[in-house]
Formats: sequence, C-alpha cells, structure tokens
Amino acid sequence: MDVLTLSRLQFAVTAAFHFIFVPLTLGLSILVAYMESRYVRTNDEMYLKMAKFWGKLFLINFALGIVTGITMEFQLGMNWAEYSKYVGDIFGAPLAIEATVAFFLESTFIGLWIFGWNKVSKKVHALSIWLVAIATNLSALWILLANGWMQEPVGYVLRNNRAEMVDFMALVTNPYGWLKFSHTLISGYVLAAFFVMGVSAYHLLKKNRTDFFKRSFRIAAVFGLVTSILLLVSGTFHAERVAMTQPTKFAAMEAVWDTQKGVAYNLLVIPDVDNERNTVEAVGIPKFLSLLAFHDADAEIRGLKEFPKEERPPVASTFYSFRVMAVLGFLFVLLSLIGTIVSRKDELENRSRFLKLMLFAIPLPYIAGQLGWLVSELGRQPWIVYGVLKTSDAVSKSITPPQVWTSLIGFTLFYGMLGIIDIYLLAKYSKKGPDDDLSAIIKSSREV
Amino acid sequence: MEFQITWFILWGVLWAVYFMLDGFDFGVGILHSFIGKNDAEKRVIINTIGPVWNGNEVWLITAGGATFAAFPTTYALMFSYLYTPLLIILFALIFRGVAFEFRGKVDSDGWRKGWDIAIFLGSFLPALFFGVAFGNIFQGIPMDANGYHGTLFTLLNPYGLLTGILFVLLFIVHGALWLTVKTNGDMGKRASSVADKAWYALLVAAVLFLAHTAFATNLYKNYLDNPVWFVVPVIAVLALMGIKLFEAKGAYLKAFYSSCLTILSVTFTGVIGLYPNLIPSSLDKNYSLTIFNSSSSPYTLKIMTVVAVLFVPVVIAYQIWVYRVFRSKLTVDEMLKDTESY
Repeated sequence: MDVLTLSRLQFAVTAAFHFIFVPLTLGLSILVAYMESRYVRTNDEMYLKMAKFWGKLFLINFALGIVTGITMEFQLGMNWAEYSKYVGDIFGAPLAIEATVAFFLESTFIGLWIFGWNKVSKKVHALSIWLVAIATNLSALWILLANGWMQEPVGYVLRNNRAEMVDFMALVTNPYGWLKFSHTLISGYVLAAFFVMGVSAYHLLKKNRTDFFKRSFRIAAVFGLVTSILLLVSGTFHAERVAMTQPTKFAAMEAVWDTQKGVAYNLLVIPDVDNERNTVEAVGIPKFLSLLAFHDADAEIRGLKEFPKEERPPVASTFYSFRVMAVLGFLFVLLSLIGTIVSRKDELENRSRFLKLMLFAIPLPYIAGQLGWLVSELGRQPWIVYGVLKTSDAVSKSITPPQVWTSLIGFTLFYGMLGIIDIYLLAKYSKKGPDDDLSAIIKSSREV
Repeated sequence: MEFQITWFILWGVLWAVYFMLDGFDFGVGILHSFIGKNDAEKRVIINTIGPVWNGNEVWLITAGGATFAAFPTTYALMFSYLYTPLLIILFALIFRGVAFEFRGKVDSDGWRKGWDIAIFLGSFLPALFFGVAFGNIFQGIPMDANGYHGTLFTLLNPYGLLTGILFVLLFIVHGALWLTVKTNGDMGKRASSVADKAWYALLVAAVLFLAHTAFATNLYKNYLDNPVWFVVPVIAVLALMGIKLFEAKGAYLKAFYSSCLTILSVTFTGVIGLYPNLIPSSLDKNYSLTIFNSSSSPYTLKIMTVVAVLFVPVVIAYQIWVYRVFRSKLTVDEMLKDTESY
C-alpha cells in the first residue's frame, strides 16, 4: 500500500477509536452535572451517590477520549503536511481556539472535580463539573466548525498557493459547521442516555439497588427521548444542507444515479455500483426525497452519473452507512419513548424483556455514531476539502510507507490494548454499582 | 510583520510554560518508583500532580495548535519531518495519561507494577525526546527543496542527545523539588536529597550544553549582534545557582520557583537564539523555516492575537486558582481517606 492509503487508514482507525470515547464524554458530563446539581439543591444523598457512580464511569471513559485526541492534532502535521500547509491559514485557527478556550477549561476543572471533593464548597464542586461539561461541548463546537469548513469551505480566498482566511465570521457562522455540531453533540447525548439506561437495566435485572437505578433510568429515559427526537430533527436539517452543498455525497447517500425532478423516496434500495443503477427500488413514496431535500416535491436532484467517476465517493459504503444510521435513529426514539412510559408508570422491574433489550442496546448509538462519520468523511471523497483540495494531494511528501506501516500497526495494537482495558474497567465499575460510603465527602463538604 | 514577531514570542511562551509545568510532572513520573518506597507512598507521589497534570499538558496541545494556526508551513514540515520521534512522544504521553487513571482501578500488584513502568516511560521518553527535538531545532535540520534528509538516528547526534539529557536532568531536579514541597516525612527527605544531588549533574550538563552550543549551533549570533539579550542566559545561570542556594538554606519552595525560572529562561535562551528562524536548515539557509516565510496571513494572525489576548490571561488566572486550592502538602493519611484519588 502507498503512503496515501496507509495514512487514510491510520486516520480512520485513530479517529474512529477517538470517537468511541468522545460522545459518552459529551453526554455523560451533562448527566453527572445535573445529578450533582440536584444534590446541591435538594441535599438528597441519592443524587450524590448517582453523581459519584456515573462520574467514575465518566472518568474511566474520559481518560481515553483526552489522550487519543492529541493524536488527531499531531497527525494532521505528521501525515497530512500538504493539507496543513495548504489550508493551515484558515483551518489552524479553530484548532488553536479549541485548545485555548475549551481544552484548558476542561482539563483544569476535571482535576478540581476529581480531587476537590474536600477542598471546595459543594456549589463550587458542582460548578466545576458544569464547566467540564460546557468545555467538552465547546471543544466539539470548534472542531466541528473546522470539519464543517472541510465540508463547505467558506470565508477564504486562494492566494499565495494556499487557502487564506478572509472572513473569520463566515467560518464561525458556517451553517454546515453548526448543523454538524448540533447533530454530533445530540448524538452524544443520546448515546449517554442509552449507556445509563443500559447499565441501569443490568442492575434492575439483577434486582440490585433498585431504587438507585430506577431513578437513574428515569432521568436517562427522559433525556434520551428529548434528545433522540432532536437527533432526527437535526439530522434532517443536516441532510438538507448536504443536498444543497455536496451533491455527490447526497446522491451517494440516497443512491440516486440519474438526475431527475420529483424523486421518490424508496424504503428498500439495493445499489448496483458496477452498472450504475439500483437492483431493487421498492416501497416508494412518490416525490418524497425531493420534498425532504429541498422542501419542494418537484425539485431536481442531481444523480451520480452527472459527475465523472473519479469525483464520486464510494457509493455502497456511503449509502449503507447512511441507511443503517437513519434506521437506528428512529429506533432510539422508539426505545426511549417506551423507557420513559414504563419508568413513569414505575413498572421497570417487571419488564425484564425490555430491560434485557436496553442492556443489549448500549452499542447501538456507538454504531450509529461511527456510521455517521463514515457518511460524512467517505461521502466527501475524493475531496479532503470539498471542491477545493483532493485527498490525494494532501498527504505528506516526506514520509515513507515503512514509517506509516510502523505507526499504523503501532496504533492498532496500542489502541486495541487500551480499548480492551478501558472496556474491561467500564464493565467492572458498572457492575460494581454505587458506593454507599460517602462519609468522607459529606463530612468534609459540610465543614468547608 | 509585527504580528509575526508577536506570535514568535507567544510560541516561545507556550513552549516555555509547557516545559515549566509538565516538566515537574515528568520529573515526578520519572522519580515516583525510586522515591516512593511502598504503594501508599507511590500513590501520594502520583496524587501530588493528580489535580494539575492534565491542565499542564494542554499547554503542549496549545503550543501545537498555535504553531498550526500561526506558522502552518512550519507545523506541516516539522511534524512530518520529525515523524518518528513525535510518534514516540505521542505514545508515551498517551501511556502516561491512562496509567494515572488506570493504576488504582484493579487491586493487583502486577497490574500496578505494569502501570508504574508506563508512568516511568511515559515521563522519561517525552522529556528526553523533547530535548532531542529542540536540540536538533537549535542546530538545524538537514532539509532543502527535496525535503528532509535523515532518519530518527540522524537526530540522535551528540548535541541532540546532550540537549535531551539536559532536559531530563532539568525535569528531575524540578520534579524532586516539587515533591519536596508537596510531601513531608521521610518521603520529603528522600525527594530533597534527590534534588540536592541531581543538581550537580544538571550543572555539568548545563555547562557542557552552553559550551557545545557555541560549536554546534548559530544560537549565539543573535547575542553577539545584540549583547543586551545576554541578560536572558545570565538569568538562566543565576536561577540555576539560585536553586542550590535555596536548597542549602532549606527553602525548597523558593528553590522550586528558581527551578521554574531556570526552565523558562533556558527555553527563551534557545528561542532568542533561533530568531527569526523556527527551524533552521543545516544544509542551506535559504530553506530555513522562518517566522516570515512560514507564517499565516496577517488577517489570521490578527484574529489569533485577539483570541490569545482575551483568553490566555483567563486561563492563567484559573490555573493559578486551582494550584492554590491544592497548595497544601499531601500526606499518606489524607490520601488514603480520599476515595476519589488515583
């Protein structure tokens, strides 16, 4: 394999691995902050136990999210030097801002939160986890504005053999970036809700600490219901933006080959890439795809055949990733709706089949998130910056295949090992259940 | 023009503060198995940096981000030319970070021993390789129109290795002083004794470094052209002497501050000598990466300056506040009571 293929593979491996941990951080930080605030407001120690139990799982997950993030920054220079040179003038800014406004806040106050139980007042302690939650969300904003720029480049001119920023506000208000941000962020919230529901379901099935986990489940179910509905809404807006700005990606997502007006939406589609057509197109809703994409039942959708083959993304993987993700999105609404109803009726303990389902549903939002990134990044190919720079022109010139082989194998083994350990620890501390001995914390936090 | 100089200074500040802060984390990580005689002591040692190491590491990420935003060409070439050493630093930093979090999570001696090794390697290797990288930047990197002419072993030349050893010793003294200030009893005594003894090794390395710099690099040129700058290396030497002076008086907090100043002024000694280069070429001066030929556009630099002026003081303020919250010494008893510690 050449340096380009190896570097793409390495970026995919390290980014996908990084994104196993990021979404749970995004969502669980908010849930833990909410639980601790409830404790500060009500003085109900159950909420403190919740904040500590879910907080511990949050931290085990958080550690890997943080350390694997450094790889992402370094790699842009190491493997994608031509990219960094060409777009650094505009792409570097959001990265530097992310570090300055978000990473510092996140990393400084996570230290205060872990070690500060006896050092600061209850309120300041709760504030510190809120600051962590805000900072992780803020860091997502800046990195997704950066990614949004790769999808829909704005606010730049081509000058001095590179893309130079001329309008910072265009970058900051880029609709693509904000849609990407909201969709990604909300997906993290849904994932965290399903994580908390799933772990709670495990304990409820074992009749372990029922009161604690019923309450946790209920908070997560409501959070999951609201966020999974918002996820569909943001996904719809996001797809509209793709249709407007990235015709090749949209055509691949929906496997549209010919340019037509008033395109139907088919529930069942099997694309046949070699013959540039779909083998199966069934259960169609007339004109619905045009309506969805452009709010106009007769709108024209540009098909893949309109673009030369070398400018099309890999159709099958983009299409299937998008389909499966979308189906999962609807499933999340359904499951969290049932969860909300059942926990409101206080019938969770009797619904062991539903609880089992929720336990096995933990991986589903992870899968949906990974598929979403495949749609986003594979669907943008062959471009690294849509319409501006090809991925093949972006890779470093000075690195050699043996170097990248070494790092790729190194990352795979090293990350694989860390991933196994982290999942083992998450499972171990999830199964262990909450700690009842809060004496050290409560005594001293009253003294402060 | 002015913005490029502003960002050159900021670039230096970010690296200097990073070395000053994560430097004692590295020292602590290198020393923890040697100064801690049992598991409780080792945990105390790790927990002295527990609340702060993460925030310290962000200075590195910001230094990287700032290089990307302000000097993208340097960022691109530096990171791709130094592919292998950066990869080693990256793996080591990842290893260190998870080791702190994972070490106490399974009750087994073998498990803890494994992570102790990870903490040592995760601290020693970055300390050494940051030194090697900066030593090579000081003397220039073999690069021209055709890119980089060298391998990892090209970088492991005498001057690069000497700078690496200098960094390791700086951080060992720095970390030992931190531990002296943050712990008490026998452990505190062991830490102060390491700081006292390691200082002599540091002095030897520093003298060799200053002498070798005259032969291996062009760093002194800026000083000879403009002797007023000599004030910075003079401060570095005085601060280094100050460490010993305060150690002798038993004033270890002051010795620690002196060591902070040593690291800041050593970094700036190098940075001033580099100007206007970020990475000089050892083959042909025309291919040196300077702050003028590798920078972002004036517009981007202006935006980034506004961001830095607004946010960096805020960051410094809340980091100082958190350091103050955790200013007291950490004892074994206190650590054992804290169920949330590492």
